[in-house]
Amino acid sequence: MMLAAALLAIAAPGAGQAVSSAPLANTQLADPQAEAAAQALMEELRCLTCQSQSIADSDAPMAGDMRHQVRSRIAAGESPDEVRAWLVERYGDYVTYRPGFDAATWPLFALPVLFILLAGVVLVRRLGRRGE
Amino acid sequence: MIAELGLAALWLAAGLCVLQFVSGAIGVGGGADSAVGALARPAAIVQSLLLVISFACLLRVFAVTDFSVALVAANSNPDKPLIYRISGAWGNHEGSMLLWVTILGLCSALVALFEKRMDDRFMKAALAAQGFVALGFFGFLLLSSNPFARLDPPAEIGAGLNPLLQDIGLAMHPPTLYLGYVGLSVAFSFVVAALITRQAGPELARVMRPWVLAAWVALTLGIAAGSYWAYYELGWGGWWFWDPVENASLMPWLAATALLHSVSVLAARDALRTWTILLGVVAFSMSMVGTFLVRSGILTSVHAFAVDPERGAFILVLLTIYIGGAFALFALRAGSLAEGKRFAMVSREGALVVNNVMLSAILAVVLLGTLYPLLAEAFGTRVSIGPPYYNPVTAIFAVPMFLVLLIGPLLRWKRDSLSRVAVPLAIVCAILAGSVSVLVLFTGAGVLATIGLALAAALALASWLPLRGRQLRRVPLALWGSMLAHFGLAVSLCGMASESAFSVERLVAVRTGDQVEIGPFLARLESVEPVAGPNWTALEGKIAVTGNGVDTLLRPQARYFTQPFQGTSEAALLTLWNGQLYGILGEAAGDGRWQLRLWWKPFVTLIWYGGILIALGGVLSIFGHLRSSVRRRKIREEFARRRAERDAA
Repeated sequence: MMLAAALLAIAAPGAGQAVSSAPLANTQLADPQAEAAAQALMEELRCLTCQSQSIADSDAPMAGDMRHQVRSRIAAGESPDEVRAWLVERYGDYVTYRPGFDAATWPLFALPVLFILLAGVVLVRRLGRRGE
Repeated sequence: MIAELGLAALWLAAGLCVLQFVSGAIGVGGGADSAVGALARPAAIVQSLLLVISFACLLRVFAVTDFSVALVAANSNPDKPLIYRISGAWGNHEGSMLLWVTILGLCSALVALFEKRMDDRFMKAALAAQGFVALGFFGFLLLSSNPFARLDPPAEIGAGLNPLLQDIGLAMHPPTLYLGYVGLSVAFSFVVAALITRQAGPELARVMRPWVLAAWVALTLGIAAGSYWAYYELGWGGWWFWDPVENASLMPWLAATALLHSVSVLAARDALRTWTILLGVVAFSMSMVGTFLVRSGILTSVHAFAVDPERGAFILVLLTIYIGGAFALFALRAGSLAEGKRFAMVSREGALVVNNVMLSAILAVVLLGTLYPLLAEAFGTRVSIGPPYYNPVTAIFAVPMFLVLLIGPLLRWKRDSLSRVAVPLAIVCAILAGSVSVLVLFTGAGVLATIGLALAAALALASWLPLRGRQLRRVPLALWGSMLAHFGLAVSLCGMASESAFSVERLVAVRTGDQVEIGPFLARLESVEPVAGPNWTALEGKIAVTGNGVDTLLRPQARYFTQPFQGTSEAALLTLWNGQLYGILGEAAGDGRWQLRLWWKPFVTLIWYGGILIALGGVLSIFGHLRSSVRRRKIREEFARRRAERDAA
């Protein structure tokens, strides 16, 4: 079913034109749920040839190729996490705006936990005392 | 000639800045009556005049496109409309640094001219601090970023301005933002003076407050304008991407927001003394960090025009001296400041402490997320941190802050009980519960969007609850200001959450005459035709939009600039009361079809209307506080006069 939808989506723009190498770069998937999943993922992937843009927002050819990859893989039934993992394997952590939890990124999660603790301590110390 | 005049004025201003610093320092040391010690105020005033002359010279060489000035040749060309030739003066590194220093000089002059509420020694210390800060940036301008350097022989043709920056949004965004960045220098100088002269009481807070508010208003407007500019000019339909440059402007805003709330506690209740001083240092430090991030070229993004490690090193040294120096002074003196009055957990102060702690935590998260990729890169790994990180992590702190904001302004100073505010508490809880259930049952809004919309709904009402039991005519202006600002926050939050929850996007390839559905509308591509502007040509699409009582044309363009050669996409926006329809003309598909990208974004405009309301609230508060300060002075004078009469009699 998903595959059929994908084939349909690929076939539609191909009618009467030379099929470009990345037909799904600018064509939404027919299945709205799959398209929503692909869109959400594309907004979290970095365009590697641009400056601070997601592939969903970029006109760069490479971003188009990556959008095609994301849409066709999602349409073929892969989960967004699998697609992301595949891209990270190819391009490194830099490609995802959602940093994972690993040797290079653990402080990004440890420090906010520390901030929560600190905020708690400050609030308890400041507010725990009675007035006067 | 004009360029030399500008440079001479700049050098003279730098000289007067040295005088301002030395004179201020002598004044603090007890020599206020000596010949040099009395010169700090006049030096600051004349210095600002010279800076204005210098900046006017820069505007002039840009307006007439004088290609014998290197900066003009590198950044301008005569085909641009006048307004963009002029705004090009600060659309580059050197020009924007001159603007920075000019605003800093104007702040010093305003302090020197109008601030009479603190004693002479304090003012000398503040002016010395202000001069010391300015001195570093003068050095930076004159030694490594001279905007008036000549080009010999003159260029035949200019390189032009990045066409993305050729926009009215750019004309206004940096000056407004700089006004905020640099305005915080006054708060910085005041807290440094407070540390030096050991005066950190309510009087300091009352004196600081209008300056902090003014800088904060400018920052708010600057950020809102920048966000709207990115939204319609970059053609990606988003309004905030947690880009490091955006964060660079958000961080001083967060610190300034915390500062103005802690200043209000210090002014009203003489509590949170050291904390307020610390925030004063942090706020301007964030401005300088922001300037460093954007100006050093350490970030490579649309905004970071300058890529030059030598300049980066210079700013980094300045940053270390100023921030390090201020923190060292703080560490030396903080212990000797009296701590200030105490208060109970359930009290206005208690609520404001929650506000301050949460804002500081959000600031820390944003700072971490902004600096971490730079640090990781230095160690050889590259990571990207974007909305999927910032949104939930900042929400951890923002949500409790908003919850406390619902009820905090109703609490009494010093000590209160929740049972006294039971009725409003029940009302806001009912609104929260009601909106969450409606959203969960009837919409597919995500978790954060649902929380955001529910908080916005509750805050929209709660922000006006302080009026309860008050006579409308007797409500102080400053209170109107704070209620309006909180209401603006609710409006803005509603726009943000609504945009993220309910936006609809269509991406289609269509022939002329084809029709597509987008949200409640039907869009039909009528034609695509070439059009020409002063320094660009474009393909313009005409898209007829009908439905929902609307019958109009959208005209998005794909523009091609010649100087420098670059294409941009000019989005077409249809603004309705309940949202915006956003259209972009993409590439030709090759078979007579065109790529169209269409969004329907319900209530997205509330984001920026909210920002304007927040800023307006700040303006009302400034007037309110200034008025009551004048009133207080009159009462004091009247009191002194009567006592003098009595003594005489």
